[in-house]
Amino acid sequence: MKAFTYERVNLPVDAAVKAARISNSKFIAGGTNLLDLMKLQVETPGHLIDINDLGLDKIEPTTDGGLRIGALVRNTDLAAHDIVRRKYGVLSRALLAGASGQLRNQATTAGNLLQRTRCPYFYDTNLPCNKREPGTGCAALGGYSRNHAIVGVSDQCIATHPSDMAVAMRVLDATIETVRSNGSTRSIPIAELHRLPGNTPQIEHTLEKGELITAVTLPPPVGGIHIYRKVRDRASYAFALVSVAAIIQRDGSGRVALGGVAHKPWRVEEAERALPKGAKAVSAKLLANARTTHDNAFKVSLVERTLASVINEAKA
Amino acid sequence: MKFDTPATNNPIDQLKVVGQPVSRIDGPLKTTGTAPYAYDRNDVIANQAYGYILGSSIAKGHITSLNLSAAKAYPGVITIVTYQNAGKLAKGKFNTALLLGGPEIQHYHQAIAIVVAETFEQARAAAHLIQVKYERSKGYYDLEKEKPKGVPTDDTGTAGESAVGNFDAAFASSSLKLDATYSTSHESHSMMEPHATIAAWDGGQLTLWTSNQMIDWAVGDMAKTLGIAKEKVRVISPYIGGGFGAKLFLRSDALMAALAARAAQRPVKVSLQRALIPNNTTHRSATIQRIRIGANKDGLITAIGHESWSGNLPEGGPEAGAFQTRSLYAGANRMTSNRVSRLDLPEANAMRAPNEASGLAALEIAMDEMAEKLGMDPIEFRIRNDTQTVPDSPAKPSSTDSQSKKTEEKEPPNPHPPFSLRQLVKCFQTGAKQFGWSKRKAKPGVLREGRWLIGLGVASAYRDNIVTKSAARIRLDRRGYLTVETDMTDIGTGSYTIIAQTAAEMMGVPLAKVNVRLGDSNFPVSSGSGGQWGGNSSTSGVYAACVKLREAIAQKANFNIESAVFADEKILHGSKSFTLAELAGSQGINAEDTIEFGDLDKKYQQSTFGAHFVEVAVDAYTGETRIRRMLAVCAAGRILNPKTARSQVIGAMTMGVGAALMESLEVDQRYGYFVNHDLAGYEVPVHADIPHQEVIFLEETDPISSPMKAKGVGELGICGVAAAVSNAIYNATGVRVRDYPVTLDKLIGKISIKVG
Amino acid sequence: MAEFDPNRRKFIRNTAASSGAIAVAKIATEAEARSVIQPSQTTEPSKVNVLLKVNGSEHQLLVDSRTTLLDALRERLHLTGTKKGCDQGQCGACTVIVDGRRIASCLTLAVMQEGHDITTIEGLGTPNNLHPMQAAFIKHDGYQCGFCTPGQICSAVAMLDEIKAGIPSHVTEDLTHPIEMSTIEFRERMSGNLCRCGAYSNIQEAITEVAGVSR
Repeated sequence: MKAFTYERVNLPVDAAVKAARISNSKFIAGGTNLLDLMKLQVETPGHLIDINDLGLDKIEPTTDGGLRIGALVRNTDLAAHDIVRRKYGVLSRALLAGASGQLRNQATTAGNLLQRTRCPYFYDTNLPCNKREPGTGCAALGGYSRNHAIVGVSDQCIATHPSDMAVAMRVLDATIETVRSNGSTRSIPIAELHRLPGNTPQIEHTLEKGELITAVTLPPPVGGIHIYRKVRDRASYAFALVSVAAIIQRDGSGRVALGGVAHKPWRVEEAERALPKGAKAVSAKLLANARTTHDNAFKVSLVERTLASVINEAKA
Repeated sequence: MKFDTPATNNPIDQLKVVGQPVSRIDGPLKTTGTAPYAYDRNDVIANQAYGYILGSSIAKGHITSLNLSAAKAYPGVITIVTYQNAGKLAKGKFNTALLLGGPEIQHYHQAIAIVVAETFEQARAAAHLIQVKYERSKGYYDLEKEKPKGVPTDDTGTAGESAVGNFDAAFASSSLKLDATYSTSHESHSMMEPHATIAAWDGGQLTLWTSNQMIDWAVGDMAKTLGIAKEKVRVISPYIGGGFGAKLFLRSDALMAALAARAAQRPVKVSLQRALIPNNTTHRSATIQRIRIGANKDGLITAIGHESWSGNLPEGGPEAGAFQTRSLYAGANRMTSNRVSRLDLPEANAMRAPNEASGLAALEIAMDEMAEKLGMDPIEFRIRNDTQTVPDSPAKPSSTDSQSKKTEEKEPPNPHPPFSLRQLVKCFQTGAKQFGWSKRKAKPGVLREGRWLIGLGVASAYRDNIVTKSAARIRLDRRGYLTVETDMTDIGTGSYTIIAQTAAEMMGVPLAKVNVRLGDSNFPVSSGSGGQWGGNSSTSGVYAACVKLREAIAQKANFNIESAVFADEKILHGSKSFTLAELAGSQGINAEDTIEFGDLDKKYQQSTFGAHFVEVAVDAYTGETRIRRMLAVCAAGRILNPKTARSQVIGAMTMGVGAALMESLEVDQRYGYFVNHDLAGYEVPVHADIPHQEVIFLEETDPISSPMKAKGVGELGICGVAAAVSNAIYNATGVRVRDYPVTLDKLIGKISIKVG
Repeated sequence: MAEFDPNRRKFIRNTAASSGAIAVAKIATEAEARSVIQPSQTTEPSKVNVLLKVNGSEHQLLVDSRTTLLDALRERLHLTGTKKGCDQGQCGACTVIVDGRRIASCLTLAVMQEGHDITTIEGLGTPNNLHPMQAAFIKHDGYQCGFCTPGQICSAVAMLDEIKAGIPSHVTEDLTHPIEMSTIEFRERMSGNLCRCGAYSNIQEAITEVAGVSR
C-alpha cells in the first residue's frame, strides 16, 4: 500500500471539490473494496477523503412515492429497511445474496455501485490487464475465464461487474444522484452509470473527476413478484456465476436483469417483451451478441435455465 | 520401549480418562484469543521488525537484474535480503524447490526477496518498489500434455508399479468391464493461519517461533539450509492454525525470517500474505487416473487396474492415486502404476491423506459405475469384494508425506499380509441402517422435490495406519501435578488433550492435574503431526514415558511395579499406599522414553476403514449441488477421545465436500501459475455448504498397532468423501461426472428440463 | 479469441515513487477548485492520531495512515486474539464488533474507527470468565486449530443480535415476517467466517445452544 494522506470531510460539496482538486485522490466510505486493492497496489491513491461523516445515511420516501437511499447507507441497513423489504424485495434479496454479514455491515450503497471487478488478472499486478494498466493486454482472454463476461465484451476486457445490488437497482430503474465539484447536482439513470469496456476498460462509469454519489432514488414501487436468484458454486459468500433479478407481474410481463455476465448490470428492455413466451426467448434476446470463451460458454445455457427457474417460481 | 509384540492388557484399558469425550484442555485459550500463534508472539522477544516477502513474477526463467535502491531508500527500511546477499544456502531435505529463488526461478511466487522495516506498512510498500527484470524460459504446466512423459517413481515407498497375476488377460476375458478415466484438480491446503515465523539470533543461536507440524524436520532443514549445526536451531510452535500438510516442512516464511533477522541484526516477524500462499507454498497435485475393472456376473472382481499420473517439479514425488488399490478390494489379477510428470508449477506435496484422497475420489466412482453395470447395489458390490489379506504386492508403510520415514528395504515376512483388523463390511452395514440406505432408488434421477433432484451416494474410506518413533518426558512434581513435554504438535487434532488423557490414565491422576507442553525442539522428538500418524504414535511415546515414571515411583515406594496400582493420585499396593505428591518430594520425579515400533507393520497390514454416506440435492435448472446429509462410519482402532476424533472426521468430510464440489487451483498454461490464488478465487466450503454431520466409530481396539490400541483417524475422514458426493450427484441426476470438482457447468447440459 | 502474447509486457515492477503527504488546505475558491493539486512526490508515510475505544478502554495512538484496524489492534495494542487470515476480507478471521455490528477489521483503517466502540474477542470473555458463546464452543468442540475461532465467536455473538434486530438474510423465507432463529439462518449468516478445519457442524451446535433453539 502506498502512503497516502487522509482527511474527513463534512459536506458533500467539499468532498467533491477536494476530490477534483487533488489528483490521485479517492473517496473512502466502507473501504471493503478499495483497501483490498490498495494493499495489492492495484489502487494507489495518494490521498483519501473519508466521506463517512457526510450524513448521507438515511432512507427516505420521495414525494412521488419512491425511495431515496443515501449513498452511505450500509448494505445491511438497506436490505433490512421495512419499505425495501415490502416494496422492493428484489433489492433486499440481491443485497443479502452478496458478500458476508461482516462486509454488508461495512459496505455502502455508493461503494457497492462502484466496486471493481474481481477478475483475478486485474488483482495480480504481475499480469497484463488493460483495466489496471491500459495497453498491457487482457490476460483473461485466453486465460482462466470461467467467471468472466459473455456479453458486451471487447478485445480489451472481459471483466464482469461483481455487484448483486446494482443488478436489482437496474431492474428497479434506479437513479443515481450526484454532486459535482462546481456544486451542481445531477441525476443519472443507472443504465447510464456503468460503461462497457470497449477500448477503455479502465473507465468504468460516467462520473466526472470528483463527482460524488449522494443518493440512489427508486421510482415508486411497481408491484409484482420480486426474485433475485444468484447461481454460484458454493452456497454463500461467493460472487455470482450468473444472477437474475426479476420483477414478474401477474400477467406474465415483467423486467429482468442479469449479473455475472457483463461489465455492467445487464438489462435489455426489448428482451422483456418476450417474457410471456418464456425463458428461451428472453435469453436469446438478452444474450443476442454473446461472445464466450472456452471456460465461460456454459453461462449462456445457465442464464436460460436460471431464467426458466425464476419464471416458474413467479408463476407458482 | 520397543513395541514388537501385540499389546496385552495395560493401564490404558481402564478407559477412565482415555476414550472419554472430554473437552479440549486448550479450549479456554483458543476460544478467548489467548492461545499464542506464531505471529501473535509480541511478548517473546523485544524489538521485532517486520519482514515482507516478494514473490517471483514469473514461473520459470531467471532474474536478469535486481534494483533495490528505491526500496532501500524507503522510510523505515532496515535491510533487504535476496539471493545476492543471503550467503550460501543448501536445499532442505524435505524441499523440492528452493525456498529463496534467484537468479534461477523455479516457480511463480517463489520468494526472491524479503524487505525488513520498522513497520508492516513500510515493509509492504517498500517490497513493491523492488525492480526486477526477468527472462522467461519454457516451462511445462499442463498435466494432460505431459502425462505421456510420466515415469514411475518408487523413492517414496508408495509409488511405482505393482502387478499380480495377469491383468491384461483377465480383464480382456471378464464378462463385465469398466474402462474409465478420471481427474482430480490441483488443490490448496488453505489453512486459516498463513505460514508465519518470528526469527531471532543470539550469537550463532537461532530461535524460531513458527507454525510447523514437524518440529524436528524444521530444525533439521533449517540447519541444513543455513549450513549450521542442528543444535544451533530452536523451533517453537505450540499453536498451529491448521496445516493439513502445508506446514510439514520448512517453508519460506521461516527461512526468510531467519535470513532477515541475521541481516537486520534484530528479530524479524514474517507472515506470508494470503495471495502468495497457493503459489509460494505446496499444493496437492492434480491427477489423471485410468481405472479398469473386470468382474464376473456374480460381482466378483477378476481384474483391477489403476494407473495414476500426477505432476511435480524435478525430484518431486507423485500424488500416488493408485496406491490404495493394492489393498482395498479382492481380485486375482491386478496392476497399479503411479507416474509423475515434470511440471514447472509450484511444488506439489502432501495434503491431507496424500494419495488416498485423490485415489479414492476416482476408484470409488469406478466401483459405483461397476456396481451399476452389474445391476448390484454398490454396497453389496463392495462387500462381495472384501478381503482380509492384502491382495497385491506388499504396500510399504509410508506416504509421500513421510519421505524421511521410509523404512529400511527388507523383504516383508509375508507377501500378502493379513490386515491387523478390517471392519469395512461392518462400516457399510452399520451406515446403511443408520442412513436409511434402503430408501435409495437404484435408478438415477427419479427422486425429486420441487426443483431439486435428490440422490444418495456411498464410498469406501481407506487410509493406512502409520506408526513411527516418538519420545516424551514426564515430570511429577511435589504437588502431584504432571508435566508432559514432547515436541509433538497440535494442529487442531487434539494432541494436547489426548496426551493429557494418556498421562492421566497411566498415572491415576485427574486430567486437570496434567500440564502438557508441546511444539518445542527442546523437548524430546516425537512423531510430529502428519499422515494421521501423530495421535497414535505420540500418545504411545507418552505411554512409554509414563511406564518409566510408574517404575520410578514404585521403586521409591518400594512396591513391586507388577502388582502396584496407580489410582486417585496414589500408588497402591495391597493395603499400603502413598500419594504421588509425597513420593515426588521436593525434587520431583522425571522420566523419559521413546516408543519404537518393530515389524508388526510388516507382518500385518495396518489400515483404517470407513464408509461415507451422502445425500445431495441438485437444482435441476442450475446444476447447483447442495449437501443435505452426511454420515461417516469409521473403524480406526481405539478412539482416544470421541469428541476430538469426531471433529477430525467431520473436518475431513468438509474438506472432501470442497474437493468434490468447488476446490480447484486453476492453471494459466501461458504463464504457468495458479490464477485463483486467494480465498475468494479458491473457494473452500462455508457454513452454508455443510449440514449437520454424523459420525459413528465402530467399537474397535487394535493391539497390533500400538500400546494405545489406537490408529490414525484424521485423514481417514476425507478418503472417499468426494466420490460419495459424486455418486450421490449421479444418483440424483443420472449424470456421471468423472472430472473434479463436480461444478454445475459439467451438469447443466445433461439434465433435461422444460424451458419455455 | 486472440491469445495474449506474453512477450509484449515487460515484467518490471512499478518504479513510481509513492505518492505521499499532501498539504490539504481549506476549501477554496472556485478558481482554486479548478486547479489540480499534484500529490507531492515524497514517500514519507503520513502519520495520524486516532483515539480507539477497545473493550471499554481508550487508546490514543499515532499511526501510519495505512494502518488497518486489524493491525492497530494486533501490532499496537497487542490484542492478538483477532487474527489475520487473509487481510483481504475473504475469511472472517479478523471479525470484531464495532458499535454492535460485526465487521472485517482488515478492511477498515484504524483512523476511520475514531470514537467507535470496538469489541474484540478479548472483550467478550477470558479463560476464567467465559462468554456463553465461548463456553458453548468448548462444549461442542466448535473449533480445531483455533485460528478462526475468535472471529467465529465474535461473528456468532453479533449474528444473533442481528436476527433479534430483525435483519433478514439470504435464506429468510418471507422478508415481511419476523425472522426465525434456526440453523438454516445461522449457517447462511455465519458463511463469512471460513473454518478450514471444518468445524462448521459443531459451531452450529454451539450457536444453537446459545440461541436457545432446537436444531
